[in-house]
Amino acid sequence: MLTIKNLHVSIDDNGNGKEILRGINLNVKAGEVHAIMGPNASGKSTLAQVLAGREGYQVTAGSVRYLGQDLLAMTPEQRACEGIFLAFQYPVEIPGVSNALFLKTALNAMRKQHGLPELDAMDFLSLVRERMKRVGMDEALLSRAVNEGFSGGEKKRNEILQLTVLEPRLAILDETDSGLDIDALKLVADGVNDMRSPERSIVLVTHYQRLLDYIVPDVVHVLSQGCIVKSGDANLARELERHGYSRVETENTAKQVA
Amino acid sequence: MTTATKQLDELISREYQHGFYTQLETDTIPRGLSEDTVRLISTKKNEPEFMLEWRLKAYWHWLTMTEPKWANVHYPPIDYQNTFYYSAPKSEKEGPRSLSEIDPELLRTYEKLGIPLKEQQKLAGVAVDAVFDSVSVATTFKTKLAELGIIFCPFSEAVQKHPDLVQQYLGTVVPYTDNFFASLNSAVFSDGSFCYIPPSVRCPMELSTYFRINAKNTGQFERTLIIADENAYVSYLEGCTAPMRDENQLHAAVVELIALKGARIKYATVQNWYPGDKNGKGGIYNFVTKRGECRGDNSHISWTQVETGSAITWKYPSVILRGDNSVGEFYSVALTNHYQQADTGTKMIHIGRNTKSTVLSKGISAGHGQNSYRGLIKVLPSAENARNYTQCDSLLLGDQCGAHTFPYIEVKNHSAKVEHEASTSRIGEDQLFYCTQRGIAPEDAVSMIVNGFCKAVFQELPMEFAVEAQKLLGVSLEGSTG
Ligand SMILES: Nc1ncnc2c1ncn2[C@@H]1O[C@H](COP(=O)(O)OP(=O)(O)OP(=O)(O)O)[C@@H](O)[C@H]1O
Ligand SMILES: [Mg+2]
Repeated sequence: MLTIKNLHVSIDDNGNGKEILRGINLNVKAGEVHAIMGPNASGKSTLAQVLAGREGYQVTAGSVRYLGQDLLAMTPEQRACEGIFLAFQYPVEIPGVSNALFLKTALNAMRKQHGLPELDAMDFLSLVRERMKRVGMDEALLSRAVNEGFSGGEKKRNEILQLTVLEPRLAILDETDSGLDIDALKLVADGVNDMRSPERSIVLVTHYQRLLDYIVPDVVHVLSQGCIVKSGDANLARELERHGYSRVETENTAKQVA
Repeated sequence: MTTATKQLDELISREYQHGFYTQLETDTIPRGLSEDTVRLISTKKNEPEFMLEWRLKAYWHWLTMTEPKWANVHYPPIDYQNTFYYSAPKSEKEGPRSLSEIDPELLRTYEKLGIPLKEQQKLAGVAVDAVFDSVSVATTFKTKLAELGIIFCPFSEAVQKHPDLVQQYLGTVVPYTDNFFASLNSAVFSDGSFCYIPPSVRCPMELSTYFRINAKNTGQFERTLIIADENAYVSYLEGCTAPMRDENQLHAAVVELIALKGARIKYATVQNWYPGDKNGKGGIYNFVTKRGECRGDNSHISWTQVETGSAITWKYPSVILRGDNSVGEFYSVALTNHYQQADTGTKMIHIGRNTKSTVLSKGISAGHGQNSYRGLIKVLPSAENARNYTQCDSLLLGDQCGAHTFPYIEVKNHSAKVEHEASTSRIGEDQLFYCTQRGIAPEDAVSMIVNGFCKAVFQELPMEFAVEAQKLLGVSLEGSTG
């Protein structure tokens, strides 16, 4: 589904190019769940944003193929319509735009791209109400402005609601578990687990083993200073939980030196 | 330039859609302004003596005045002797008659603009008075309104048929000495709309005036006078367009609203005069004086405006809160794109006790647009317990436009409470990316974000017009993301 080869990404930091991703290689097959862990500022969100097409990053080397297409050549909305979904680490507020209108506009934009008829208000509402129940979200949040005044947890749930309504092929969840209480974490995990299917891949960026207890990943990667320094199965996450990142990082430096 | 910026740019640079010109035979008086011009206009309109006198006083007073320079707008000097002060489609010489007699060419013009004059095509429940250049060409639904005692007709007709009402109220809110443009208007105004709602009558439909400037080099000076007698209610809408021309055209209108005891007037404007091209050439100078007076206790006046057109906008719809417990409101969306300039806002003058005013202003600047909010809240010593709440928000699209806020507050009564809040924000790449990541095209995203920003004002517009306003905003923004 997604093949990243030797991806190098810089940002313009006051005129100086600062390299944030330094040769990422990653292969996510259809139906797989990958977890990306790693210390703060290692580049996890940067990777997620670059995959979703955010501007302001320079790809200086490497390639990304998604469903056989050159992902980097596509606009953000094309990527979205082709099934890439990013649950933001920090969801944005849009004052005056109701959550319902936003989601309906998004859903219908995608349906249109796929030659499907647009959903009318009634059909949309019954769909969204059903999904809201699943993620345990208060219906009152539908008529409020997008994320405006939402609590941290409500914002995260709203991302999951969008995920379950838009039903992407590749979902990238950037720390969706952070700031959720235990019950909410369980609901969000259930929501994500419901979405698991042989045609859908999920990339979870997280700091906590706890989420991975609920959503068991096929592969776990450790990102450090812009490189994937270690990959393994679900056990790797547990190991990290016990020893922290420092051991993996030193192992890796040792490897590089050797 | 980022792609988002490019898309925003394309969006902003969409062309004006009402820029056509209608070929009609016209009756135009020679260029320039003199006492003779004023007399000629009055004669053409067959006016009673009091009107001519009033016009002349205004003209003489105007001669003593100089054009105001304090607004935050810039334009080359206007040559008042090079303007036509009167232009009427010739076939309308004898004044408005029934719709069947109106020049079909004119009817087609209004159809092109989406303004239905034929009764059967009209938006349900909206009575329209259309002003083409200087003359009012049709007032629909007249009979239905007349049954309720409502007078809704061209100003010139009111002067003929209801001279007492005109004489009693004209100039009582905006005197002919008020300001340079108001004095000019008082001297040369050619038509406009007149509306009177008798006591305790609730006007059953939206009343609407549609203004269009067609002739070249013509100034449009219309005058609107609305009187809501005791406990009456009226909701009034005004829309404007003009053809595209390279020269600038002057539009100096005056609107006076009078609300007597317990009356309520809602006045909404959707102003889409030609804004000039994307390099700032041409466009309408919209120098307008709009003022309402809550003359009686418990009266209520609200102004709602959506200003997307004109090269330069200079207007401050205001309310004089004379009656006790009276309420004044001002809701505004002003958008400036390309090289448009707007200096707009309101004045709320609190005189009566327990008077309340609310000001909500949303300024949007794109391209090289400059948008200023200028507002005065004045509480006189008599205004015990006056309240004002003002909120001014500015939204910037791109980095070459500007937003400015000039609030003036004068409080002469200690019991008054005056609150002012202001904010300036930029359409963030963050917001835009959040939308595009969800599959929404950038131009739709911008339009959605801007509409969200204006929502509180659009809620004040009648339903159909809120939809129109949203579309208009989308069109006016074409070519603008950053
Ligand atoms: N626009 C930017 N300007 C300057 N620096 C940036 C920008 N975007 C990212 N960076 C830097 O890139 C590095 C990686 O940031 P990123 O957000 O990808 O980290 P992360 O792994 O997601 O961290 P966290 O776990 O704290 O969320 C950080 O040092 C960050 O400051
Ligand atoms: Mg992050």
